[in-house]
Amino acid sequence: MTVTTRPPTGSAPGTAPSLAERLGARLSARLSALPTVAALLIFVGMIIYGEAAYGRIVQFNTLSNLLVNNSHLIILAVGLTFVILTGGIDLSVGAVIAFSSVAGVMLSNAGWHPVAAVLVMVLIGSVLGLISGVLIQYFGVQPFIATLATMFLARGLASMLSTVPERLADDSAIRELATQLKIIDGDKVNDLVITPGVIAAIVIVVLGFLVLHRTRFGRTVYAIGGSEQSATLMGLPVPATKLGIYVISGTLAGIAAVVYTSRLGSAQNITGIGWELDAIAAVVIGGTLLTGGTGFVLGSVVGALVLGLMNVLITRDGGIRPEMTTIITGGILLVFVILQRVLAARRRATQG
Amino acid sequence: MTGAPPIVEMTGISISFPGVKALDAVDFRLFPGEVHTLMGENGAGKSTLIKALTGVYKIDEGQILVAGEERRFGGTADAQAAGIATVYQEVNLCSNLSIGENVMLGHEVRGPFGINWKATHRAAADVLATLGLEQLDLRRPLATLSLAIQQLVAISRAMVTKPKVLILDEPTSSLDANEVANLFTVIRRLRDQGVAILFVTHFLDQVYAISDRITVLRNGGFVGEYPTRELDRTTLISKMIGKDFATLRSLGSERQSHHYEPRGEPLLKAEDLGRKGSSEPTDLELHQGEVLGLAGLLGSGRTELARLLYGADKPDSGTVWLRGKKTDIHNPTAALAHRIAFSSENRRDEGIIRDLTVRENLVLAVQAKRGWFRPLSRKEQDALVRKYLTELNVRPADPERPIKFLSGGNQQKVLLGRWLATEPDLLILDEPTRGIDVGAKAEIQAAVAALAAKGVAVVFISSELEEVVRLSDRIIVMKDHRKLAELENGPHVTAETIVAVIADEGDDEEGDSE
Repeated sequence: MTVTTRPPTGSAPGTAPSLAERLGARLSARLSALPTVAALLIFVGMIIYGEAAYGRIVQFNTLSNLLVNNSHLIILAVGLTFVILTGGIDLSVGAVIAFSSVAGVMLSNAGWHPVAAVLVMVLIGSVLGLISGVLIQYFGVQPFIATLATMFLARGLASMLSTVPERLADDSAIRELATQLKIIDGDKVNDLVITPGVIAAIVIVVLGFLVLHRTRFGRTVYAIGGSEQSATLMGLPVPATKLGIYVISGTLAGIAAVVYTSRLGSAQNITGIGWELDAIAAVVIGGTLLTGGTGFVLGSVVGALVLGLMNVLITRDGGIRPEMTTIITGGILLVFVILQRVLAARRRATQG
Repeated sequence: MTGAPPIVEMTGISISFPGVKALDAVDFRLFPGEVHTLMGENGAGKSTLIKALTGVYKIDEGQILVAGEERRFGGTADAQAAGIATVYQEVNLCSNLSIGENVMLGHEVRGPFGINWKATHRAAADVLATLGLEQLDLRRPLATLSLAIQQLVAISRAMVTKPKVLILDEPTSSLDANEVANLFTVIRRLRDQGVAILFVTHFLDQVYAISDRITVLRNGGFVGEYPTRELDRTTLISKMIGKDFATLRSLGSERQSHHYEPRGEPLLKAEDLGRKGSSEPTDLELHQGEVLGLAGLLGSGRTELARLLYGADKPDSGTVWLRGKKTDIHNPTAALAHRIAFSSENRRDEGIIRDLTVRENLVLAVQAKRGWFRPLSRKEQDALVRKYLTELNVRPADPERPIKFLSGGNQQKVLLGRWLATEPDLLILDEPTRGIDVGAKAEIQAAVAALAAKGVAVVFISSELEEVVRLSDRIIVMKDHRKLAELENGPHVTAETIVAVIADEGDDEEGDSE
């Protein structure tokens, strides 16, 4: 073969990329955001449809309620976004909420300082997340199995504490976390309200976004999702990061437990059954690939709101039996997953 | 390479794995501003030595000096901190991220508000510029780039930490000549900037094109260190395999003098066999005891044609006659039942099952052919395995070792054994010698020749034209997914003949009669 020292030619790095090449690059860069954009469009579409068909959707109290009622789901979805971005899964979050809320309510009613009780609730999440992370990272257990184990553990612990609804004392300071703060005082009940829980959710979403896009930790999360082996060989701190995301997911489940319990005012060992799946659905609808590496926190928020709004619309319709909610959720999920498959196939095709 | 002291000096390095001494008192030196090639057969200890230097393996004995200081690496991070960066054979980047993100992963420039993307991209652009790659669009997703450019991005990434030592582990194994030239331009640039480069490859041409010095390893032992210009190819190869080069030569001449005259009815005859988009309609005949070579550049449609013969893809035109009878080979199971076997070019993904043992890998196809309800007894398995491990000289000849611990050449031998065990009449080998060393190559070639002598028809696909010429009785030259010509092999046919056929055809198309 001949080896020359002439400058590289062709599509090699010596020449400026052609316009077509650059367009292609931009397009495929956008393609990864497309499912998220689609989720946003569907959300807007649902609002428009709801407003046209049932009315009273685009108004302060409906939208505030949407946020208030789904803030715990949004928080869970942020945690699961981290996990799913690495190609993992966390099935334990629903059970973590149950254990954390029951424990928190009982501690509070036993006379603990509310701050201490809340702290314990959050820490329960962190510790259970840590257990999952250690199982996955240091014992090589599949995330599905490891978090399934933590799920059973947390659910069992919750049941050991109590099997009946535990009511939070009426004078408990924890209830104040659900205080409705009026921001805009509309006519009659049409007020824009916000709760500390909603504020927590918003802060967590913003933090989640910043961590993922503005820290090396976040970039490592994406890198692991792209290829864990590559990330390791690149010298990135893969073990610490993987451990970290399960701790984050658990901690956020603990915070979600606080937000939910304060709103409901009671806790039970059967709270949160299936919420992990709702959160996973929210993440997937929001455009995060279950195989990892692609997705956005903001997409997961939209995903959670799509699910929440769907419930609102079904209630408003009145004609749809509530039992059908899960079928519709499943349908939406299916549409999104198929959309992602099609996009993935298109991407492969454009790469030739 | 003046009188400067070596940047890396490894002396008396020994590493043992359970049952194997992978490295035995190996010395290795690397000077700033040189390209140093590590040569040896697969299993000679090249990868182990590299992994010792990059901190993946801990050394049992010996000493590693980096810039005059003794180092004990506890992991890859230690080696990186000592200024040793590595680019591996398989591009280890994240295809979901952009070029800029990949280059800077783990080294992003941070400001008070977290990562400062503007500064990060600027830093990435600087690194690319020092390698002469300033034209790459940093925001382009890695997945849209060719493997060759990804390789260059991987090197750029390695250079971010401004390492003193850059290890390139077989970076050229999947690049074409042009891309290799680009890569070499970059390597020379880095060398001139004073980086010490350790280069591993199987391609002798490349060794002589780029390297200043060569260290040869054999069976985990140190053979010697030589300036490239003082070591001719024949000597180099004999040092690597530890036996006379004539052994290799004789195999070649033997095959070339042998010229098979097809007699009687062909074993397989295809007319107009084709599939839209992958293979133009092609005629071909294949006789018992004949080696049919498929020659052509990468992507010329060789594999696609083979897949049609094997039923892995469904043809949409043409007819196939097998032993004179019209036959429809609609899937690989049917092909196997008709005694047609196909060994894929993609050894890692479509060939071996990494976590299974040599024995389990070897008996897979026989078992599949028999059907899973009639399991092979352990005794039958052992007999089969013993037979093929000996016949093909698989090393180590340990049937219970997971196949992932074998070198590429030996994995390939096990795969060959897998298909031989099904006693095929027609064996299709797609790139059976890619990425394996000279010794194993010679053994596989010898096995193919022996098969043909036993009456098996072999379709042999390889990018190495010399190899095709050496082994084949007839050669089908392919280009752009169609058959260009069919050559009867003989002493007059050489690799250049095939190149000429491919090149001439191109001229005709352009109407250039010169």
